[in-house]
Amino acid sequence: MSFAKPQATLRSVTGIPTGRLAIWWVLASEVVIFGGLLGSYLMHRIGHPEWADAAVHTNVWIGAFNTFVLLTSSFTAVLAHQAAETGDGKKAAKLLMLTIGGALTFLIVKSAEWTMEISHGYTITANTFWSFYYTAAGLHAMHVIAGAIIMGFVAFDAYRGRELQRVELIGIYWHFVDVVWIFLFPLLYIAK
Amino acid sequence: MADTAVAVPHGHHPAHEHHGPQGIWKYLWSTDHKMIAMQYMFTGMFMAVIGGFMAYVFRMQLAFPGVSVPGFGQVSPGEYNALITNHGSIMIFWVAMPVLIAAFGNYVIPLMIGADDMVFPRINRLSYQIFLLSVLVLLASFFVPGGGFGGAWTAYPPLSAVGEYNQTNLGSTLWLIAVILEFVAFLLGGINFITTLMNSRAPGMRAYDIPFVCWMIVIASILFMLSVGPLVAGAIMLLFDQTIGTGFYDPARGGDPILWQHLFWFFGHPEVYVVLLPAIGITVDIIATFARKKLFGYKLMLYTVIATGVLSFFVWAHHQFIAGIDPRMAHIFTVTTLLISVPIAELVFLIIATLYGGSITLSTPMLWALAFVAEFIIGGVTGIFLGASGADIYLHDTYFVLAHFHYTFFPIAIIGTFAGFTYWFPKMFGKMMDDTLGKIHFWGTVIPFNLIFIPLFVLGMGGQHRRIYNYEHFPELAGQGMYQLRQVATISLLVMLAFQLVFFYNCIKSWRSGPKAPKNPWLANTLEWTAESPPPHGNWPPDRMPKVYRGPYEYAHPDVAEDYWPQDQPA
Repeated sequence: MSFAKPQATLRSVTGIPTGRLAIWWVLASEVVIFGGLLGSYLMHRIGHPEWADAAVHTNVWIGAFNTFVLLTSSFTAVLAHQAAETGDGKKAAKLLMLTIGGALTFLIVKSAEWTMEISHGYTITANTFWSFYYTAAGLHAMHVIAGAIIMGFVAFDAYRGRELQRVELIGIYWHFVDVVWIFLFPLLYIAK
Repeated sequence: MADTAVAVPHGHHPAHEHHGPQGIWKYLWSTDHKMIAMQYMFTGMFMAVIGGFMAYVFRMQLAFPGVSVPGFGQVSPGEYNALITNHGSIMIFWVAMPVLIAAFGNYVIPLMIGADDMVFPRINRLSYQIFLLSVLVLLASFFVPGGGFGGAWTAYPPLSAVGEYNQTNLGSTLWLIAVILEFVAFLLGGINFITTLMNSRAPGMRAYDIPFVCWMIVIASILFMLSVGPLVAGAIMLLFDQTIGTGFYDPARGGDPILWQHLFWFFGHPEVYVVLLPAIGITVDIIATFARKKLFGYKLMLYTVIATGVLSFFVWAHHQFIAGIDPRMAHIFTVTTLLISVPIAELVFLIIATLYGGSITLSTPMLWALAFVAEFIIGGVTGIFLGASGADIYLHDTYFVLAHFHYTFFPIAIIGTFAGFTYWFPKMFGKMMDDTLGKIHFWGTVIPFNLIFIPLFVLGMGGQHRRIYNYEHFPELAGQGMYQLRQVATISLLVMLAFQLVFFYNCIKSWRSGPKAPKNPWLANTLEWTAESPPPHGNWPPDRMPKVYRGPYEYAHPDVAEDYWPQDQPA
C-alpha cells in the first residue's frame, strides 16, 4: 500500500531525525518495564538467600555462550549501520541477515537449554526463582523474536535501497536487547 | 517514497486521499489524526455510558437494597463486585485515558503546532486498533461463565490471583489482558505525541510558544510511559499467577502480595496526574481565551506541573498506610504527599491570577473550565486528610476516600472533557453548539455531582466502609439517617444521568442544524483556529502551512487594535 509521509514526519525541530527520537522513547518505556521486573526480582532475591540453591542449577556456560552470540550479533548490526551510512543497502542487508542468524542461534540454544531444565523438573512453577527465571528470560526472548522479524523487513527494504535510515534504528533497538541480556546473565546465571 | 515526499510535499492532491480507503473504511482505516481522535472520542463516550449505567445499578442497590433495579434486575453479591470493579476500570482506563489523552491529544496537537498530521500516522492507527481490541476483550469478559472480574479495579492479590477467592476465574484473566492491551495502545500513542511535539512544530514555534494543553498532554504521556512499565511487568506476573500457577504474589511460595501494591500504585498515583494534566491544559487554554488575558506566569505554570510530575513518583505508598508499612516509611510518604499540594496550589493561584482583571465571558466552555478549578480544589483539599498517615488510618477504605477521588476524577474526566468538547466542537464538526442547552446541561451536571458526593463524605466520616454489598447486614451502618444520605446520593445520580440526555440532544441537534461555525468563533490565538472548520485532510493547504511569530496567549496586547493577536500573524 502506498503511503505518503506527512510533512510532520519529515520535520526535525530538535535536529534529531524523528525515527531516532522515537526509538529512544521506545527504549525508555522498555527500560522501565524490565526495570520493574528486575527490581522485583532483586528485592525478592535479597529476601530469599535460599534461592541460591535453585540458581545453582542454571548453566553458566550456556548463558555465557548466548552472551557471546548476542554481542557478536550486535557487532554485525553496527557494521550494517556503517554500510547503510555509506549508502550500500545490499551490504547492510547482508549484515542484517547475519544479525538475524545470531538471533536464531540464541533462540535455538535457549530452547535446548529450557528443554533440558524442564525435563529435570525445573519448570516455571517449581519455585519463585524459576518463575522469575522463565518470566524474565521469556520476556527478553520475545524481544529477540520481535527484533529478528522487524530486522527481516528492514533488510528487505535496505536490499532495494529503501528506508536506509531504519538500519540504524533497528540497530539501536538491538543493542538494547543485548544490554538487557547483559543484566539478565549475571542476575540469573552467575549469582549463586 | 520518502524522497519524493520531500521534493513535492503532497502535491495538490495528497496521495493518501487518492489511494486511501473509501466508504466505511475511510472511517475505520483512516490515518488522519482527526479521524483517529474521533474514534477515540466516541469509543470513550460509549464506554462512559456503560460505566455510568454500572454506577446507576450499584447505587440503586446501595440506597434501596434488594430492589429490582429497572433495566438490570436483582443485583447479586457477585454481580455487585463485578459492577464496582468494572465501573472503576472503565472510567479510568477506557474513558478518562482515551478521551483526555488520546482523543484531545490526537485532535489538538497537530492542529495547535501547525503540522498536517502526527509523525507516525500508521502507528497512531495501530494504537487505536489495539485500544479497540482491549475494549472488545473487556466487554467480552462480562459474558464469560462467572461474569466480569470482581476483585476491585486495584486487583490486589491474593483476591485477584486466585479463582476460588474472586469467583471470576475467566473474567479476571480477560480483564487483565484488556488492561495490558490498553497500556500497549497508550505507549504507542504516547511515543507519537512526544515525538510530534518535539520534532514537528511549525517554523518559528519555540518551546514557550507551545499552547499549554499540548505541553500538558505530552508531559502526561511521559509520566505514563515512565510509570506504567513496572505495572506491565507486574501484570504479566499476575497473569502467570492466575493462569499457570506461579507464586509471585503468594507468600507461601516465596512471593509477596505487597509487591503488587507497590507496582500498582507506583503507576496508579502518577496515573492521576496523567489524566489531570490534559484537563488542566484544556482549562488553562479556555480560561485565557475567555478572560481575554495573557496567561499569568506561563513558564512558572509549566515548572509547577513538571514539579508535580516528578513528585508524583514518590508518593505511591500513601495508598498502603494500613498494609503493614513501617511507620517511619509512612512518615516519609506523608511528607512527599503533602508536598505535592504546593505546586498544585501554585497552579490554582496562577489560574486565578489569569482571571483577575480579565474581561470574562461566561460561555459554556468557560463555565466548565471554572467548574473544573472549583471542584478540583475540593478534591485536592480532602486529599490532605488522606495523605496524612494518622488521619488515613481512620479514613482508609471508607466512603471519604471514594468521595475524595471522585472529586478529583469527576472534574478531570467529565468536567474537563465537556470543557474541551464544547470549546473545540465548532472546529471538530463545523457547527456552533447551542449555548442555552449547553448551560442547562452544565448546571444539571455540576449541581447533582456535588449532591452525590457531599453526602458520601459525611457517610465516610461516619465510618461507612467501601465495598459492602448490603448495609443491612451491618446494624451500625444501617441507621435511618445513613440510608437517607445514601438515597440523596443515588437520586442525585439519577438526576445527573438524566441531564446527560440534554448533552446528547444538543450534540445531535447542533451537528445537524446548528449555525455554521466560522474559522475562529472564539477569537482565539492558537493555530487550530486558522484552519477551516472542520479542517480538511492535512489541515492546511500543503504550500500554506502556518508559521508562528509569537506565544499563544497574546490577548489585549497594547500594540494591536484587536484584543487578540493570532500566533501566525506577522508583526
